[in-house]
Amino acid sequence: MSDSPADLKYTKSHEWVRTLADGNVEIGITDHAQSALGDLVFVDVPEAGKSLKAGDAFAVVESVKAASDVYTPVAGTVVEGNANLGSQPELINSEPYKGGWIMRLKPGGAPAGLLSAAEYQAHLAAEG
Amino acid sequence: MPFIPHTPKDVNDMLQAIGARSIDDLFDEIPKELRIESLAGIPDALNEMQIGRLMSVRAAQDGTPLNFIGAGAYEHHIPSAVWAITSRGEFYSAYTPYQAEASQGTLQLIYEYQTMITSLTAMDVSNASLYDGGSAVAEAALMAVRAHRRSKSQRILVPTTLNPNYRKAAAATIAGQGLKLEEVPCPRGSLSVADLEKYRGEDITALVIQQPNFFGVLEDVDALTDFAHANNILVIASVNPTSLGILKPPGEWGTKGADIACGDCQPLGVPLSSGGPYAGFLTTKMENVRQMPGRIVGRTVDLDGQQGFALTLQAREQHIRRGKATSNICTNQGLLITAATIYLSLIGPEGLARIANECHARTQELVAALTRVKGVKLAFDKPRFHEAVLLLDRPVAPVIEALAARGIIGGCDLSGDYPELGNALLVCATETRTTADIKVYADALADTLKAAVRAA
Repeated sequence: MSDSPADLKYTKSHEWVRTLADGNVEIGITDHAQSALGDLVFVDVPEAGKSLKAGDAFAVVESVKAASDVYTPVAGTVVEGNANLGSQPELINSEPYKGGWIMRLKPGGAPAGLLSAAEYQAHLAAEG
Repeated sequence: MPFIPHTPKDVNDMLQAIGARSIDDLFDEIPKELRIESLAGIPDALNEMQIGRLMSVRAAQDGTPLNFIGAGAYEHHIPSAVWAITSRGEFYSAYTPYQAEASQGTLQLIYEYQTMITSLTAMDVSNASLYDGGSAVAEAALMAVRAHRRSKSQRILVPTTLNPNYRKAAAATIAGQGLKLEEVPCPRGSLSVADLEKYRGEDITALVIQQPNFFGVLEDVDALTDFAHANNILVIASVNPTSLGILKPPGEWGTKGADIACGDCQPLGVPLSSGGPYAGFLTTKMENVRQMPGRIVGRTVDLDGQQGFALTLQAREQHIRRGKATSNICTNQGLLITAATIYLSLIGPEGLARIANECHARTQELVAALTRVKGVKLAFDKPRFHEAVLLLDRPVAPVIEALAARGIIGGCDLSGDYPELGNALLVCATETRTTADIKVYADALADTLKAAVRAA
C-alpha cells in the first residue's frame, strides 16, 4: 500500500494538494504516481506568474518509460515552480510529499472536489 | 516475421466470426459517394518490361546538361564508395528499425552521423535527421516556441533572404498551430541589424538566419545573433553543410552562438534526383535537448560494461505522448544520412574545406565571366559563398529556355518569388564546374542575348 499522509488532499489523477500557512497551496504527485512512473529523469516545472484554470496541465514529469502531464485541481497563479527538481528530479521518487513538491500556487478560489487520504486510498483500491 | 497466408477459408471464418458478409462490408462506415472505383487520369498498370522502357525514355530526356543551378540543392562530386557502401543490404532501409536496439550497427551509424553534424555546426546535440532543410526550419520554429518560455507571442521572424521553399514548407507545417511567421524584407540582398530595429523591445520568439543566404550572400551572423539575444529572441540558423568547411559554425555565432541550427544534408553525398529525397539535420544546445523532435541515439554501456547504443530521450515521442508528442515526425532519413556519414568520413574536415574553397573560387570565376557579358550585371556586390544573383536586361525565362536548348541549365529564375528584384537569375558553381564549363556558359549566354537582340 502506498503512502498518503492524512493532512493532504488528493485528486483521482494522483496529485496531492497541501494548504500552506500563507494561504497558498503546494501541489505534487502522489507516492503511488511516482512508483507507477518509475525513476524520474526530468520535470518540466511551471514559470512563476502563469495563470492556471482548474484542470490545466501545469507540469510534465518524465521517467525513462513515459512522460506524463500533471494537472492542477485548483485555479490560480503560479507562485513558484520547484527549482530543485531541475537538477534532482529524483526528489519526487524519494520524498514525493516533501522535497518533491512541483509548484506553489496562489489559489483563485477554494479547492473543490478533492479527496481525503482515506477516499484516495479507496480510489486506488478501486482502480486496482 | 513469418509470412502467414490467408486462404479463402481463413478469410470467411474471420468474416463470420465478426458477422460480416464480405470484406467490402468492413468499409460500410465510408459513405458510397466518397468511394471511387478508379482514379481519373491514372492509366492502367504497366508490366515490368513496359515500365522499364518508359523510364529509360524519360531518363534519356534529362540528358547530361551542364548545371549552374543551386537554390537549395547542389551538384557535388560523390565518391563511388558512398553509394557502394550505402546500398549494401545491411544499410538499405529508409527507417530506423522498430526494435532499434537489436540493430546496433544502424544505431552506431546514426550516432556517428550525430557526432559529425554536431562537430560541423559546433552545437551540443543533433537528432537522427528530418525530411529536408525546409521541414528542419519548420521543426526548429516549433521547437523554439517550446524552448523559449518567456516569450508568449509565437512570432518567428523570417527574412526574405531565407530560401522561399523553406519559408513555404515552414508555413504549411505550422499553419493551425498558432505560430506567426513574419517576413522581414531584405532589399539589399542580406539581412542587417537595421532591418530588425523596428522589432527592438517587442516579444519575438525566434529569428531565422540562413548562412549563406538564399542569394549566396554571407549574412553578418555575429551582429544579427547578438542583436537577437540582446532582445530576448532565440536564433535559428539554417546553414549549408558544405560551407561549414570554411565558415564559422552556428554554435560560435556572436557571443552566445545560435540556439538551434538546421539545414539540408543533400550536399553531403546525396544525388540531386530531381528534388529528393534529401535529409534535414537539426541540432541544438544541451539546454533545449528535451524540446528536440524525432529520434536521438545515445552511447551507453550494458550490464557487463560493454559499449552499446540506444535510442534515448524517446519518452516525448508520438508512441508514448500521442497528441502531446514534441513532433508528429518521429521518423528519420536513415538511408540518406548513411550516405552523408560515409561521405563525411571519406572526405574528412580538410577535404570539406577544400571542396568549400573550390566552390567559392569557381563561383567567383563564374560571376566574373558572366558579368563581362553585355546585358548582365551583378545584383548584390557582397561577400558570397557559391551562389550569386545576376540581373539581365530582359526577362529571364526565355533566356533559360534558350540555354537549355544548348544543354545548359542556366540557373534559377527569381521573378516568381522575388518580382521586386526584376530580371533576376540565381547562379551557382560547385567544385564540379571547370573553367572550360564556365567559358561554355558565358559564350552561350552572350550568343543568346545577342540573338535575342537581333530577333527584336
